[in-house]
Amino acid sequence: MERTYNNKAWFLVLPVLVLVAFSAIIPLMTVVNYSVQDTFGNNQFFWAGLDWFQDVLESNRFWNALGRNLIFSAIILAIEIPLGIYIALNMPKKGWGVPVCLVLMALPLLIPWNVVGTIWQVFGRVDIGLLGRTLAAAGIDYNYVQDPVDAWLTIIVMDVWHWTSLVVLLCYAGLVSIPDAYYQAARIDGASRWSVFRFIQLPKMGRVLLIAVLLRFMDSFMIYTEPFVVTGGGPGNETTFLSIDLVKMAIGQFDVGPAAAMSLVYFLIVLSLSWVFYTVMTNQGQEKGK
Amino acid sequence: MDFSWMAWTWPTATFFGVILALLCGMAVWEYRVPGGSPRVGILRFETTRGDRLFISLLGSAFINLAWLGLVGPELWWSLALSVVYAVCVFRFV
Repeated sequence: MERTYNNKAWFLVLPVLVLVAFSAIIPLMTVVNYSVQDTFGNNQFFWAGLDWFQDVLESNRFWNALGRNLIFSAIILAIEIPLGIYIALNMPKKGWGVPVCLVLMALPLLIPWNVVGTIWQVFGRVDIGLLGRTLAAAGIDYNYVQDPVDAWLTIIVMDVWHWTSLVVLLCYAGLVSIPDAYYQAARIDGASRWSVFRFIQLPKMGRVLLIAVLLRFMDSFMIYTEPFVVTGGGPGNETTFLSIDLVKMAIGQFDVGPAAAMSLVYFLIVLSLSWVFYTVMTNQGQEKGK
Repeated sequence: MDFSWMAWTWPTATFFGVILALLCGMAVWEYRVPGGSPRVGILRFETTRGDRLFISLLGSAFINLAWLGLVGPELWWSLALSVVYAVCVFRFV
């Protein structure tokens, strides 16, 4: 029997297309237009061709910020994903502890980015902050305003505190959806704790882990508010990530053309890395499912 | 409506026109041959023709950026290279 294709349902997605056009496509088109022109305001533009793209590609400032971004994302993923899995594995699966743990885990996610930044900015201050003063009293030379290593440690710990909960909640959702029959079969086979994790829990968490890795990578690669509030990109440019640099260029210096070119290169990098992550992880999942 | 804030130029309008034409072409192709023609190519995982267009466009962007950074602002050769790359993607990926 020949299959019938009915494409009329596509009309139902028209409202979403209109919304996406106004919120994403039109702004993106404008950024592309700005990236090949120069402006001094008042809607007057002058053709610059590919000059801004060439400037971006030849600028150490861009490559350094990109390098810092990649290192930051790699560290964040290396800490938050295993830690999130570990916490989810150790959370209670039934009883009164479940809602308590879920609420505690959800709390950091409910705090706005700038408030998280402010909390850690005050928390880490050597003169009035609880963390800063405690470390100073313990004889540890900690000062995130002056020391690049301390600044990096502070924003990494802050991000881990803020976002590990997301990984925990996603992994927990994956874990509670595993039917008891799998565990019973493992017990009958005399499987060790590691075997249960390796051959039952980890594969069953594959899909949610994919979402967790993608979300955390995208978010950490595009991080702006928290490090901006805590360190302002300093000391020097040590914690200046691409987004901070971009805002400095576009709003601080009003270099709209170079900022547009830089944001397009940034967009391409995010798009391709996300595609690689997504493709690798979904294909691994499919191969395992075969 | 005044769209002067969007700062349109002929080269950028042509760029978006080509993208739109490609998407319309893909829609017509899908209408004529539904299902997306999934297959496993040299990347060893299944791709549809939409995936192949995405890989072609993304790769072309990087080819042009690399040419701009390493060779110079004359992008006609890199454009030709991108077309060859896109043909290869549609043929082998």
